[in-house]
Amino acid sequence: MKDQQQAMELVRASLARRYAAERRFRVAGLTAILLGLTFVSFLFVSIIANGHPAFWQTVIQLEVKFDSQFLDPTGERSPDVLSAADYGGLVKQTLREMFPDVSGRRDKRELYGLVSTGAAYQLRNMVMSEPALVGSTKKVWVPADDDVDMLMKGHLSREAPEAERRLSDKQVAWIDDLIGMGQLEKRFNTTFFTAGDSREPELAGIWGAAVGSFFTLVVTLCLSFPVGVAAAVYLEEFAPQNRWTDLIEVNINNLAAVPSIVFGLLGLAVFLNFFALPRSAPVVGGLVLTLMTLPTIIIASRAALKSVPPSIREAALGIGSSKVQMVVHHVLPLALPGMLTGTIIGMAQALGETAPLLMIGMVAFIVDIPGSAFDPSTVLPVQIYLWADSPERAFVEKTSAAIMVLLSFLIVMNAFAIMLRKRFERRW
Amino acid sequence: MESPVLLLVLLGLSALAYQLGRRRALSVAGGQIRQLHSLPSYYGYHVALWCAVPALLLFAAWNAFEGSIVTQTVVADLPAHIRELPPEQLALVVNDIRNIVGGNIVSKEVDADMQAAADHYLHLRNLSRAALSVSVLGLAIAGAAFALTRVRREQRARNAVERAILVFLIASSTLAIFTTIGIVLSVLFESLRFFQQVSVTEFLFGLQWSPQMAIREDQVGSSGAFGAVPLFAGTMLISAIAMVVAVPIGLMSAIYLSEYAGRKFRATAKPMLEILAGIPTVVYGFFAALTVAPFIRDSGSMLGLDVSSESALAAGLVMGIMIIPFVSSLSDDVINAVPQAMRDGAYGLGATRSETIRKVIIPAALPGIVGGILLAVSRAIGETMIVVMAAGLSANLTANPLEAVTTVTVQIVTLLVGDQEFDSPKTLAAFALGLMLFLTTLVLNVIALHVVRKYREQYE
Repeated sequence: MKDQQQAMELVRASLARRYAAERRFRVAGLTAILLGLTFVSFLFVSIIANGHPAFWQTVIQLEVKFDSQFLDPTGERSPDVLSAADYGGLVKQTLREMFPDVSGRRDKRELYGLVSTGAAYQLRNMVMSEPALVGSTKKVWVPADDDVDMLMKGHLSREAPEAERRLSDKQVAWIDDLIGMGQLEKRFNTTFFTAGDSREPELAGIWGAAVGSFFTLVVTLCLSFPVGVAAAVYLEEFAPQNRWTDLIEVNINNLAAVPSIVFGLLGLAVFLNFFALPRSAPVVGGLVLTLMTLPTIIIASRAALKSVPPSIREAALGIGSSKVQMVVHHVLPLALPGMLTGTIIGMAQALGETAPLLMIGMVAFIVDIPGSAFDPSTVLPVQIYLWADSPERAFVEKTSAAIMVLLSFLIVMNAFAIMLRKRFERRW
Repeated sequence: MESPVLLLVLLGLSALAYQLGRRRALSVAGGQIRQLHSLPSYYGYHVALWCAVPALLLFAAWNAFEGSIVTQTVVADLPAHIRELPPEQLALVVNDIRNIVGGNIVSKEVDADMQAAADHYLHLRNLSRAALSVSVLGLAIAGAAFALTRVRREQRARNAVERAILVFLIASSTLAIFTTIGIVLSVLFESLRFFQQVSVTEFLFGLQWSPQMAIREDQVGSSGAFGAVPLFAGTMLISAIAMVVAVPIGLMSAIYLSEYAGRKFRATAKPMLEILAGIPTVVYGFFAALTVAPFIRDSGSMLGLDVSSESALAAGLVMGIMIIPFVSSLSDDVINAVPQAMRDGAYGLGATRSETIRKVIIPAALPGIVGGILLAVSRAIGETMIVVMAAGLSANLTANPLEAVTTVTVQIVTLLVGDQEFDSPKTLAAFALGLMLFLTTLVLNVIALHVVRKYREQYE
């Protein structure tokens, strides 16, 4: 009796301490989750805060006199002459006319520096598509240089001493003049969505990389979905229980955890050096990513096949269908939503993958938009990597904006996969 | 005919073959399907397979060997003075000929011989293309015709088609084995060539890593040293930092989610955490290089510490964040697999929740958790983009997380991106590093999978 009381005393005395430990543990758990969630939100906030200005681009209005003497002195108006004309000179002439009191080589060069080098190409394209412009005067909005853009977006400080600023005091004064005249404003940046890569931030866009990603994913999907589903069907429905099957399973599980860069080494040694496939081509990228995503797709497809109840199979076999008919007519249609979900998740992984593609040369600087899966190209994540390495301040926001685009693709794909699962998920 | 057109025509032919086969089967049976061994469509598929498969095989084989045969023929017909050049120069000439054919820029002036060779090449290639079209289509038609003549009432068409399907299924499933073999062979061969030039002991135990090789003999200060210890140390340092971040946070959030959280909280917090797993690693790399590394450097200098702007700490922290969902979802699975009876037993003895977790659930789930952590470590070791973008390039042998270190994956990327010559130890070293990486992660994975599987069996 006394022992029991003593024991109760002991327990009671320790209760406060034990409850405190309980509370501490609980708070630690909650803190861990909140930390994780903070990381998620911090990541998104920092990317969006950095990236959203990239969707706007500073443009300058030029009143261009398409001087026929200057562009086409012979008056032939032939495409050859027009395309070879000095449009860079035309832009400079226009700028000199806008600021007639600028003299001296140095000042002139600074003046020309306000406008992007892309302006000349823009004028050329206008003339080429409409030769009648020659001889007329037209107001044209052309992209400003990235330094001007950065000043307008507040990334270049006006207060900083001139020597530490990428724009001189005179240039800043001209910019203020242009703002005063209503000839400089920020517009929605369509270049970013339609152009390929460029060394000039104001001319760089993600379209080339997006098309490259598209071709790569198409190749990956066309190869990995049929092969992955076929492998899963074999292992789940046909394979006998033996060493060979075990070996295949062990291999699949291991491949799922092999670092992605090792797949890049495989692609370099086998596809490029042995089979001599073209470097930097989406078709090779697709092949490498196929090998990488196959384990994901096989594992997901097997889970989907497993969830189809055996009664379906027995019923099909019972009314006399062959095993292949049973699988093709009954099991596959029921397992297809699960397989598709797994495939979409695998594709999302492939879309975000960078390291193996670096190995097979998809890091090249490519301006042209790829026209087929055999043209050299780059993909979105690699484009992000390339821009992240560029020194210009303007590329920081381009990189963040490209990340926003990539993440929105991934979110859409994953949301679609979740929707598919919710819509077709079946409890038997 | 261009390859895509040819394949389309082949597809059309196969569709036609299917129709013909089906009709033929029906007419053989006199319109009475019951007379046939298989359904009419199986006869159609059978004929279509005979039409498409041999033709496709021929197409693949032709494409695989066409290039080298054409090149050899062209080389054999080159004037003697070019043919007798050393192999490297000959390869250059052949490349130039191909470039002339492709309309690309050529490395030197095009002389008459080259032009003739290029014309010859083009002629041969066109000839080969034409021959390919004719033989592929001929084979397709012949195959279909052969199969059509064999259509009989008692022909086992279904069995034949199903056998073909099964062959495809088996071939697909063995691809995983071929991938593994491919990985092993591709890294092993190049590594062996590397170890012929650099001894294994120097690679495994050397303390100096500077892979810049002299291009010319007389160049100064770049003899190349291939001691990989600093790389392994750097990898370990960054992975260790990552695990210090990921294991407590991942484990604690898994415990909270499975033991404390209500249904609603769990349903929102879990997918939110798993967003972290879906973010591409290049995004983490950018985040580490742009936001985290400067932050750490600035706060370090406020405390009077000298922090490198490519510190191991920044890369490790961000890698840890990336791995949190990995650890948490694996531990979540294992904790949920602990039988409820064990919890009830502990509660019945008067233990508080945290005591139950610490004294009963964690010890019971420990093997699984350890397995999960091993998988996470292998993930951290193989992670590339974060370290490429946020860690340094110079191989420092240090345990100070504020200094810049480099890792195995960073070196593989820097050695292999850009121009390379394929027999220099500098390039081959990347494959040797790849081999080490593959072996390390393989061992970790095998142990982890074994532990996890063993643990699962215990409670099932």
